[in-house]
Amino acid sequence: MLFPALATIAALAALAFWLGRGRALAVSLAEGRLRARPNYYGGYVALWAALPALAATIAAALFAPAARGALLAALLAAGLAGAFFARRRVTAALNARVPVERATRIALGASSLVAILTTVGIIASLLFEAWRFFERVPMSEFLFGLQWSPQTAIREDQVGSSGAFGAVPVFAGTLLITLIAMSVAAPIGLLSAIYLAEYARPRVRALVKPLLEVLAGIPTVVYGFFAALTVAPAVRGFGERIGLDIASESALAAGGVMGVMIIPFVSSLSDDVIRAVPQSLREASLGLGATPSETIRRVVFPAALPGIVGALLLAVSRAVGETMIVVMAAGLAANLTANPLEAVTTVTVQIVTLLVGDQEFDSAKTLAAFALGLALFLVTLVLNVIALEVVRRYREQYE
Amino acid sequence: MSDAKRALLKKRYAAERRFRRVGLAAVGVALTALAVLLGSIVWQGVPAFTEHRVRLEVVLDEAEIDPDGSRDPELLAEANWAGLLKSALQAHFPEVESRSEKRELAELLSSGAAYDLADRVLANPKLIGTTTSLEALLSDDASLALRGEIDRDVPEEERVLSDAQLAWLDSLAERGLAREAFAARLLTSGDSREPELAGILGAAAGSFWTLLVTLALSFPLGVAAALYLEELAPKNRWTDLIEVNINNLAAVPSIVFGLLGLAVFLGWFGLQGSAPLVGGMVLALMTLPTVIIAARAAIRAVPPSIREAALGVGASQLQTVFHHVLPLALPGVLTGTILGMARALGETAPLLMIGMVAFIVDVPAGPLDPASALPVQIFLWADSPERAFVARTSAAILVLLTFLVLMNLAAVLLRSRFERRW
Repeated sequence: MLFPALATIAALAALAFWLGRGRALAVSLAEGRLRARPNYYGGYVALWAALPALAATIAAALFAPAARGALLAALLAAGLAGAFFARRRVTAALNARVPVERATRIALGASSLVAILTTVGIIASLLFEAWRFFERVPMSEFLFGLQWSPQTAIREDQVGSSGAFGAVPVFAGTLLITLIAMSVAAPIGLLSAIYLAEYARPRVRALVKPLLEVLAGIPTVVYGFFAALTVAPAVRGFGERIGLDIASESALAAGGVMGVMIIPFVSSLSDDVIRAVPQSLREASLGLGATPSETIRRVVFPAALPGIVGALLLAVSRAVGETMIVVMAAGLAANLTANPLEAVTTVTVQIVTLLVGDQEFDSAKTLAAFALGLALFLVTLVLNVIALEVVRRYREQYE
Repeated sequence: MSDAKRALLKKRYAAERRFRRVGLAAVGVALTALAVLLGSIVWQGVPAFTEHRVRLEVVLDEAEIDPDGSRDPELLAEANWAGLLKSALQAHFPEVESRSEKRELAELLSSGAAYDLADRVLANPKLIGTTTSLEALLSDDASLALRGEIDRDVPEEERVLSDAQLAWLDSLAERGLAREAFAARLLTSGDSREPELAGILGAAAGSFWTLLVTLALSFPLGVAAALYLEELAPKNRWTDLIEVNINNLAAVPSIVFGLLGLAVFLGWFGLQGSAPLVGGMVLALMTLPTVIIAARAAIRAVPPSIREAALGVGASQLQTVFHHVLPLALPGVLTGTILGMARALGETAPLLMIGMVAFIVDVPAGPLDPASALPVQIFLWADSPERAFVARTSAAILVLLTFLVLMNLAAVLLRSRFERRW
């Protein structure tokens, strides 16, 4: 029903535009010079047709959602009435540009509000659903409980029918995988950035930098497939050969592959901040007889440190929120362990497993996903705000 | 120079070389990871582009297919086509007699072969009563065996194919009756439970509709918001807030947008989940910050002299923006939009949240039909137990990566051809 209504309004607006423009041309022949270009009169009449029609559609959809005929009738009546009213007002004295531009300004301003509304929508929906979760499960249990088994029972009277919603093992698993990912991505990303910014010849740099960025362009589901079907069996096989028992959904495989995915986030942001360090600092250090590596370690790196910290924080936020790799390669059961060879689960994995499939909006199980989502959103938000602020301050320092 | 100093210098130069080598090694590790990733996917995916067929002489016995002679398509469609193929395959192995052996032999054929035969006869009913020569599709396991991917040293009970089945396949291959052919099905059919019949057209169509909705929403909204913030808005606290908000939104995990879509679009508005319309709306909210940031950068790059010239000859502010600034910024805006769309194409998690994850055989014909999307299809296939789905998944990844490369190439071309340096 939405599409026919929108199409009708568009057709109505086009008709009104044509009417208004024709009217303006006729008026200009009879009364002399118009105060605006003819197209603005078309736009003026089109607005007068489209806005009432849109309002009528929304009203009809709200008050009589079932009546398709009534909706169409209301839409056409309002649109045509508006168009003919506006057409009568088209005279040489009317400056149609002013109302049309005012409407355009309002439309542009409203578009910029969509971003705000998205944030408000995210916060509102997460808070609302998480609130309903915390009505069932106390927040202290969620934040400090050590047992996570959200499988609610089928029958009310069954033992343990409420499930256990202590999220500590889930948070710990997220932390473990993030740590593994960062211990891969931070050194490789940072050293690559230093090499590319300080040592590589321009032609090597021009070749390698886009290649590294390819890593960021590969969809995460591809990394997940790679982690689950290539890396995890390889890690497990290697462990068997040296006598280690490695779970087939080990944190090591998921975290390692996630680290590879994050390398370009670290390297390209660090590359930017390293190159932003003024050349005069390097020249001063080299002029005093320091070798290039000494210059990098003792002058460039400390100068770029705030920016690098910002880059690393952004990368951590990426890792915490990353979903597909862990859904495909990490475990489902919540183990409270710091052993990277065992399977752990993460916040994002739990959100996906709790919500894919049944979507009953009332069970604590479904609502738990929103509580986890709220925690995820807040953590990544704080990381992002700090990181963006650090990077921004740092930029200002050298500009 | 004293010896101590010389030794120190030597040490410092060694440290220099070491540091340089470590940096080079880091780049090498990153590039190796990329190569292994892409290499393993190409290696695993290429076999899925071919399938195996066996040449059969099918006797289209009228008494069997159409005993009434009515040639009614509905009756014809229900004839025992699989039985005809079975007999034709048995004709290659006259020594097979027991029922269980015959059943094992028939298992080598794909269930899709019967549909192919039915389609051929329905398209040309004159074939009934004759013997037609047909290349019948073999099952996924038979295909694996013919490629030599089934380990014959494994005990028979743990293998997907029995010793007898392997021997028959060998004999077919030896006699030149089994043949490898291009698997057009992979690109032209929807999803299926049978790996050899599963294709990505349905998922690709789902992705297409989803991206269309995303583009239709995020491009106009993003450009409008960017124009407002860059050209019209007063610089005050409110616009600062919008700016900070957009930058933060760009770094929010994609799964959170999925939760938003689930709670708001499905929960509060009651829209139908698993449709590209909702998926497109969620991805539009997700890509909007990217589009706005790219569009603002492109608009900012238009030199002020353009605006001053337009204003100087009497254009209004909006005329200046729409007649002069926007057209000049458009290549940059489009480049940013294409890159945003490429990111949306690869996005999976939000689509899982809103239910675009079902097993859907039909190819969606519009944004309201239930659909999956390419990355979701990859996720679903990666989860399937059949071994042949590994190759299918890798092939789907190759197709997805091809689309991404094409989109990025388009963006690069657009940038290099049309972007002006002032």
